Amino acid sequence: MRAARLFSGPELGAGAESFRDHRRRLGPAPAGSRNLIATLETSGLRGRGGGAFPVATKWRAVAKRSRGTAVVLANGAEGEPLSWKDRVLMAVRPHLVLDGAFMAASTVGATQVLLYLGEEHRAAAAAMSRALAERPEPERNIARLVASPNRYVAGEESAAVHFVNAGVATPTTVPPRPYERGVDGRATLVQNVESLAQVALAGRFGDEWYRSTGIDGQGTVLLSLSGAVAAPGVMEVEAGTTVGEAVAEAGGSSEPPRAVLLGGYFGTWIDASQAWAMPLETSRLKALGLSLGTGVVSILPDRACGVCETARMMQYLAGESAAQCGPCFFGLRALADACTGIAEGRSGPAELQRLQRWSSQVRGRGACRHPDGAVGFLQSALQVFWHEFQHHRAHGIQRVA
Amino acid sequence: MATSELAVDRIRCDGSGLCAELLPELIQLDDWGYPMIAGGPVPKHLLPDARRAVAACPVLALALQRSQQAPR
Ligand SMILES: Cc1cc2nc3c(=O)[nH]c(=O)nc-3n(C[C@H](O)[C@H](O)[C@H](O)COP(=O)(O)O)c2cc1C
Ligand code: SF4
Ligand code: SF4
Repeated sequence: MRAARLFSGPELGAGAESFRDHRRRLGPAPAGSRNLIATLETSGLRGRGGGAFPVATKWRAVAKRSRGTAVVLANGAEGEPLSWKDRVLMAVRPHLVLDGAFMAASTVGATQVLLYLGEEHRAAAAAMSRALAERPEPERNIARLVASPNRYVAGEESAAVHFVNAGVATPTTVPPRPYERGVDGRATLVQNVESLAQVALAGRFGDEWYRSTGIDGQGTVLLSLSGAVAAPGVMEVEAGTTVGEAVAEAGGSSEPPRAVLLGGYFGTWIDASQAWAMPLETSRLKALGLSLGTGVVSILPDRACGVCETARMMQYLAGESAAQCGPCFFGLRALADACTGIAEGRSGPAELQRLQRWSSQVRGRGACRHPDGAVGFLQSALQVFWHEFQHHRAHGIQRVA
Repeated sequence: MATSELAVDRIRCDGSGLCAELLPELIQLDDWGYPMIAGGPVPKHLLPDARRAVAACPVLALALQRSQQAPR
């Protein structure tokens, strides 16, 4: 069901909420404290940038290493092509993100706040920069915007830190992870902007309030809905809303669905008949071997071809390899080209064995999880579109998305 | 007892394949010539060969390190 926590307040169409209106509506943000970490812990808030890591655990790890010189990096890079929720959130509720970032800074002992957001996300950047200018001077003095390059891996946490340190948005070998040694060698908290906005509310109203909505008390989530729905876009729903309910909230299907891509390019294809009843909540999905990723729900219509769509997405992911690690660079290229070969009818079912062999060779063998995300996605495609992959050459290539 | 395992820095490794020649018991090359390392502790009798492979890596991408669970 639709919900309004992050998106409560003025109409979204009205643009960014001003600092004055924001404070009048929600009251001042509480100062950061150890208690805030405890609140986040009992609320059960998990990161919304794809990894679903518990927020409290990460804050504690950074606080422990901070010595009062940590850095907070609000991650709004949003390189995922099917996700818009972060830029919409920043464009309409910039002060929730800023509240969360400054609460994080005072809690972990940070002297610098970096607002890392996609260079092409202009509305979000304009809103965030205007919002920052409205904040009190002590906050303004420690924060700045950093425009991240428009690449998929630029939002990976070590890549973000690398970009700030050296101007190159490629992942680095971990450990050390950013929470150990990040920006300027300091302990760095990298947190997705939606996660920070959730902190701004949970910190104000408490864990009981946080847990008063959503399945298993898991609050609300932002979704980016796309594909065969009547009204694509970003919406906030109660955690545990089913795929079918979310589609209904988006005006229903615009044509008969074939499959649902859950989680984005690193996500999973699910047969539409199975997907409709699935609850959009991290732990519930995990129990099914799935992930909500960045909240992407994209509906493939029945007339489109899962093989062609998968090949196109694999080409994208191969092209977005940072080309640093052999298995990722060569492996994803080989996998993508094999998919394209099948999609274009140049190769037949024999190629499927190579897809399996290469998938197992690539998994877990990059410095970051880019290849794992791509291979996980491909495996789900082979399951859901197995028949189409087997018979693609025979039933032709005329069905194009 | 402390055990050691092999780790490769994927960014440094340029796929020269030397390590696989020196330690075929634990290192095989994938279809593009990059090392795939058998997980888990290095058996004691292979430790000398493992050290040799580490020393031979031209770009210092291979390391023997104490087995440990990453903190997160
Ligand atoms: C290839 C790749 C790209 C990523 N891109 C983003 C991104 O654009 N935004 C983001 O918040 N997290 C992204 N992440 C996840 C970050 O590494 C990190 O886990 C996240 O920012 C932590 O915030 P959270 O715990 O609040 O989710 C990406 C991860 C990978 C492997
Ligand atoms: S795994 Fe791929 S994307 Fe990640 S650092 Fe290595 S080459 Fe770059
Ligand atoms: S010897 Fe070093 S560079 Fe060569 S394949 Fe092995 S780890 Fe990679």
